[in-house]
Amino acid sequence: MSHEAVLHGHEGHDDHAHHEHHETFLSKYVFSMDHKMIAKQFLITGMVWAVLGGLMSVLFRLQLGYPEASFPFLESILGKWAKGGQITPEAYYALVTTHGTVLVFFVLTAGLSGTFANFLIPLQIGARDMASPFMNMLSYWFFFAASIVMLSSMFVETGPFSGGWTAYPPLSALGDASPGSKSGMDLWIIAMALFVVSSLLGGLNYIATILNMRTKGMSMTRLPLTIWALFFTAVLGVLSFPVLLSGFILLIFDRNFGTSFYLSDIFVNGVGALSNEGGSAILYQHLFWFLGHPEVYIILLPAMGMVSEIMSVNSRKPIFGYMAMLGSLFAIAVLAFLVWAHHMFVTGLNPFLGSVFVLLTLLIAVPSAIKVFNWLTTLWRGNIRFTPGMLFAIGFVSLFISGGLTGIWLGNAALDIHLHDTYFVIAHFHIVMGVASMFGMFAGVYHWFPKMYGRYMNNSLAYIHFWVTMAGAYMIFWPMHYEGLAGMPRRYFDYSIWESFKQFADLNRFISTVAMIVFATQLLFLMNFFYSIFKGRKVTTQNPWQANTLEWTTPIRPGHGNWPGEIPEVHRWPYDYGKDGVDFIPQDVPVGENETSH
Amino acid sequence: MTTELLTEKKKTHPYMFFLWAGLGSIVMMFAGLTSAYIVKKSQANWLDFEMPNVFMISTVVILVSSFTIQMAAKKFKEQNENQYRGFLSVTAILGVVFIVMQIQGFLALQANSIALIGPRSNSAASFLFVITVLHLIHVLGGIIALIWISFRSFSSKNSMKNDLPVKLISNYWHFVDILWVYLFVFLHWVG
Repeated sequence: MSHEAVLHGHEGHDDHAHHEHHETFLSKYVFSMDHKMIAKQFLITGMVWAVLGGLMSVLFRLQLGYPEASFPFLESILGKWAKGGQITPEAYYALVTTHGTVLVFFVLTAGLSGTFANFLIPLQIGARDMASPFMNMLSYWFFFAASIVMLSSMFVETGPFSGGWTAYPPLSALGDASPGSKSGMDLWIIAMALFVVSSLLGGLNYIATILNMRTKGMSMTRLPLTIWALFFTAVLGVLSFPVLLSGFILLIFDRNFGTSFYLSDIFVNGVGALSNEGGSAILYQHLFWFLGHPEVYIILLPAMGMVSEIMSVNSRKPIFGYMAMLGSLFAIAVLAFLVWAHHMFVTGLNPFLGSVFVLLTLLIAVPSAIKVFNWLTTLWRGNIRFTPGMLFAIGFVSLFISGGLTGIWLGNAALDIHLHDTYFVIAHFHIVMGVASMFGMFAGVYHWFPKMYGRYMNNSLAYIHFWVTMAGAYMIFWPMHYEGLAGMPRRYFDYSIWESFKQFADLNRFISTVAMIVFATQLLFLMNFFYSIFKGRKVTTQNPWQANTLEWTTPIRPGHGNWPGEIPEVHRWPYDYGKDGVDFIPQDVPVGENETSH
Repeated sequence: MTTELLTEKKKTHPYMFFLWAGLGSIVMMFAGLTSAYIVKKSQANWLDFEMPNVFMISTVVILVSSFTIQMAAKKFKEQNENQYRGFLSVTAILGVVFIVMQIQGFLALQANSIALIGPRSNSAASFLFVITVLHLIHVLGGIIALIWISFRSFSSKNSMKNDLPVKLISNYWHFVDILWVYLFVFLHWVG
């Protein structure tokens, strides 16, 4: 509580000077209430999950690329899950399920929002910490607990949950449905409930901090776009995660207390017909996708915000169309809640209702196109510095365009009936949401690493990382579009037994090989990251990127409280680059007498 | 102009924003459940049954408790420490009474041989049970907070200086009250 008392006296925005607390190892690195340390905790936990999730994809790609081969080393790692050196079908389903859950929630939600919302919100709005540092700490520890439970689900005898990351009933509601539906599913759902609590505590904090803790002069329209994006992300999370939780609660009742929300009188081999009556599995899908679709934007918006900021800084130009960027973020956030049933076109949805969802889905193309246009026009005739952060930001835009275009295909119910649950969908969402957001995350890490650790990452390694990942992303996912168009369904253990998919054997082997190379390159990034924390080139100037936002007015290694003296006052928007012949004018510089308005 | 506004002393504490955003997320949770209820009701195998009368009484109890928490806030403003404590305690007691009555409602349904959970349950009754229990848990959270600030008001000398806790709890308490009224009306007329 003492931190809160010091940092959050009721009056004014800056009436408490920076206090050096006596900190032990535990209070500084473990149970820290400093938003910057919590951000690093989220980042590093997210990295651990990214490696595990990535490794899972390597394992199942090994099966898809080489369905007939035997790899004895697999048996020594996975034991009974890879008898004779070949992954069992049960293990395969567990791997794809856990890969999806982990990447969507633990890496691209907690790892991305948790890291950058925590790190950037107080620094960029001019606050000493979050609205409630204690709740912020709890948010991380709930995430940590969720991680432990999810991890332990991989070691139960019947294996982790294996009904797909969306956890549709009956596979999720019925313990007898498959080995992966037994205790693995119980642990999955506990982990996800803990995760929802973590997201809510974090999101509520981000909203309260942005609305209430801005420094003097920081009006809402002077906020960097990163903050706006993180704000809308938090709003989406706070409004959609509770609905997912209510869906999970009903699921728990069906699983454990014999209710019939989702289960009906299904006949199960060896068990007989269930006594449940009249449950509807589709009901779960509605509740799930009411979160599930906003979740896509929870993952994407922070990346968009960071990309806008990094592009403006490294083009030495103001962001093109600040208000349009803001408006399109708002439009995407609103539309995110109105399109969930486009995941359900083949569930027997009323075609008229379907067409409403088609229209609303295609409308998202408008704000998306505005954003792309504005990113490109920000680059246009800019004095571009190709830093690693900037390259990943440009890569993000490329992937967002490529993946966004196939979204228009899938948003059409008529086409989706053919493409639903094929590799076309896999290609689409991996490019537009998975890899694109991962690029946003890389861009953020490279760009803000000097602020996080007071050192630079190695550029040469970063360039290798970028080019291999960029080329690799397209080499992995581009061919999948063709497989999907040919009707190849997702989540199948072995395609070689079908005559019609045999032609893709070489292509699958190619994809698997590239996937392994790209995965290995990510280890290069990790090496660079951890090496640079301790041995990287030291940052010697306060503002290495010559950026305008407030985080660069703090000391090179800011303590808890961020600014040693007064919090700077803000006099302008954050995008005064190349104005009146001046390269950049930070936000805390007062407006000159003869200065033109932007 | 915005700049001028920001230089003014802040009127709303960050925790208040935190609470309001949190209430928004609770609203979404119950909106999700009641929407699911409507969808499920329109499908086959829906059981219509009478709501037990005790829910009517519990509604009155929680409405009265909203009045008492408001009185507590008023007495706090007047710095009348004794009456403030008194109204806080009465509110907490009414909260407990509410919970007991809700549980009696469940027992009344079961006495009427309407299974809430288990293999012979109908999802109409299960929905009522899940929604009511989740609301009950939120009331329980409020009671814990009430007990906590009541204890603080007895043990700490400065408890009458900071008005934030009582503001937060009274906002929250009114919210769970209104939420129950909504759920009651919903279950009674839509159900």
